[in-house]
Amino acid sequence: MKMTYREAIRQAMHEALAADPRVFLMGEDVGKYGGTYACSKGFLEEFGPERIRDTPLSELGFVGAGIGAALGGMRPIVEVMTVNFSLLALDQIVNTAAALRHMSGGQFSVPLVLRMATGAGRQLAAQHSHSLENWYAHIPGIRVLAPATIADARGMLGPALADPDPVVIFEHAQLYNMEGELPDYWRCDIATAAVRREGTDISLITYGGSLPKTLAAAEQLAAEGITAEVIDLRVLRPLDTGTLAASIRKTHKAVVVDEGWRSGSLAAEVMARIVEDCFFELDAPVARVCSEEVPIPYARHMEEAALPQMPKIVAAAKGVLGK
Amino acid sequence: MIEFKLPSLGADMDEGKLLEWKVRPGDTVKKGQVVAIVDTSKAAVDVEIWAEGTVFELLVAPGETIPVGTLMATLLEAGETAETTKRTPRPAPASKAAAPTPPRRGPLPRAGVEGAVPGRRRISPAARKHAEELGVDIDTVAGTGPEGSVTLVDVEQAAAATVSPARTAAAPDKSAEMRRAIAAAMSRSKREIPHYYLSEPVPMRRATEWLAKANESRPITSRLLMAVVQLKAVALALRKFPEMNGFFRDGAFQSAAVAHIGVAISLRQGGLIAPAIHDVGEKTLEQLMLDLTDLVKRARAGSLRSSEMSDPTITVTNLGEQGVATVYGVIYPPQVALVGFGRIVEQPWVENGALTVMPVATASLAADHRVSDGHRGALFLAELRDLLQQPESL
Repeated sequence: MKMTYREAIRQAMHEALAADPRVFLMGEDVGKYGGTYACSKGFLEEFGPERIRDTPLSELGFVGAGIGAALGGMRPIVEVMTVNFSLLALDQIVNTAAALRHMSGGQFSVPLVLRMATGAGRQLAAQHSHSLENWYAHIPGIRVLAPATIADARGMLGPALADPDPVVIFEHAQLYNMEGELPDYWRCDIATAAVRREGTDISLITYGGSLPKTLAAAEQLAAEGITAEVIDLRVLRPLDTGTLAASIRKTHKAVVVDEGWRSGSLAAEVMARIVEDCFFELDAPVARVCSEEVPIPYARHMEEAALPQMPKIVAAAKGVLGK
Repeated sequence: MIEFKLPSLGADMDEGKLLEWKVRPGDTVKKGQVVAIVDTSKAAVDVEIWAEGTVFELLVAPGETIPVGTLMATLLEAGETAETTKRTPRPAPASKAAAPTPPRRGPLPRAGVEGAVPGRRRISPAARKHAEELGVDIDTVAGTGPEGSVTLVDVEQAAAATVSPARTAAAPDKSAEMRRAIAAAMSRSKREIPHYYLSEPVPMRRATEWLAKANESRPITSRLLMAVVQLKAVALALRKFPEMNGFFRDGAFQSAAVAHIGVAISLRQGGLIAPAIHDVGEKTLEQLMLDLTDLVKRARAGSLRSSEMSDPTITVTNLGEQGVATVYGVIYPPQVALVGFGRIVEQPWVENGALTVMPVATASLAADHRVSDGHRGALFLAELRDLLQQPESL
């Protein structure tokens, strides 16, 4: 069945709300407006204001309320408009949600799902466009997901709600309009990375909004006789290093594509894991394509120049291959 | 505390692989005892120790490849005890100029970044590992990867180019290693040693007749070969010409008190080795024959002793069996001379004013002009010729 990423997210939430009375959705504009990205359109009418709750512009408050509800036995889905705004709620997420199981000696768990949009490409400027997935991937006690396909958009929410600990789901803002086939079997795990395209010459490792660009780069490379393998990390914490290592053992070369800034990035962590696990398999230095280290610009041409793009990925891959 | 370091077993050796320890901590060892077996590029060599003591620690494990000069073991001297002796940290490769420095570990510079460390070749970790597996000398592989780096593809192409398809590429190629070792030593010789060459036809009738008679009464197994007669003659001639016998090292010549003659032995699998027969001048021909037989057998079986590898003070090569008339030798550094013998050939010869048929062998000398001159070399060959006219006195 053909559908958009947005529709896949919507169906996943709909299924969860319909299946489990403990599930409710809370966030800015999720009710009357139908969601900033229209992922909850029609939910208020269908499930009522008790379960589809519009909140004030107070991330610290409503994320904290979500944590409290989770502690109290509910299964909240809390939507934060962008990762930039989630910084206001970091105290609740890092100091409370991620820590409570450990601080209570396992007596309390926080089965919270936190959804948020991330990334640039829509001319929303520096306060709405950043990719801070690595901030969350740094924190023990939470699981971090980055659905980059229609199937993962549809499939990841179920196991995230079933997880007894906090799960953060990053939905790249550029992906909502992406249309594609939802396969018959879309149920998935939230533990492993996925090989999105097989190849033998080089591994292109990415996640989230950079996956379509990376697949396009692999297509371009194929036209030039280079078969690139594309790895979608899917789960940013904990990282599935086994899938990475298996790919590197095959190709011996890698480019990491990450919309985050290079310094202290997830790309840096992936490169470190590769060097730790696969040093003697490497046939060339690992390269990466990241965003330029500037607050994401507003002007379209500058925004495009700041982000990883298909030609940059192709050039980096060729550099590693010496071509 | 006595330190036992990996000795150099020849000018062409700069590292060795420990195959086996023949002693264990607590064993007492005597001078000349074989304590380890070390694989050089040429042979597995029984390494002797030249100190007495009790083995304290073995610092290198079998299978490890170590540079010459690496501390391999420590021994307690008389009076020392384990309690009074400090343990030794694992050895760092000896700080000897000739010893190869271990590869510097560190990430390769990122592709696209200028300014690599000069002098360090760019070899990818995978290429280095694969080269080891294929037995390819990574230093001979040209790099075509990013910034000239050596990559897997380069190693595979190098392996395909050097290994014939019929042969398995799995094990390191011993004969190729030996070829490289010989190449290194001979290149050094021709680079550093100003050779001069002399030759002298030596009448061999007396020696041939004497040898035939001497062998008449011997069982086949203990018959003497002309080779040992020649070896003994060389050793005796060297007594008067010490400038042919010894080592040229660090810009100076040290003559050797006795003649340990390296005997060039060609190996069946190809290549060449020239281990020493010790004290040739002091031994009877019978003893030399036993020694020679034993040496050839062990050289071909690959069980030579370290002193045999490192001691030769001169080399003698006899290519008469192969049918050549004259040998123009290349000196094995740090030795300073090489004596060659060609085959014994009958030729017209004037003796006492009359023409006769004479068995003649050409003796040749390749000598180091830094140490001796042609005049002395000529006298040495004359002495050798005269000695071979009195075989009964050898």
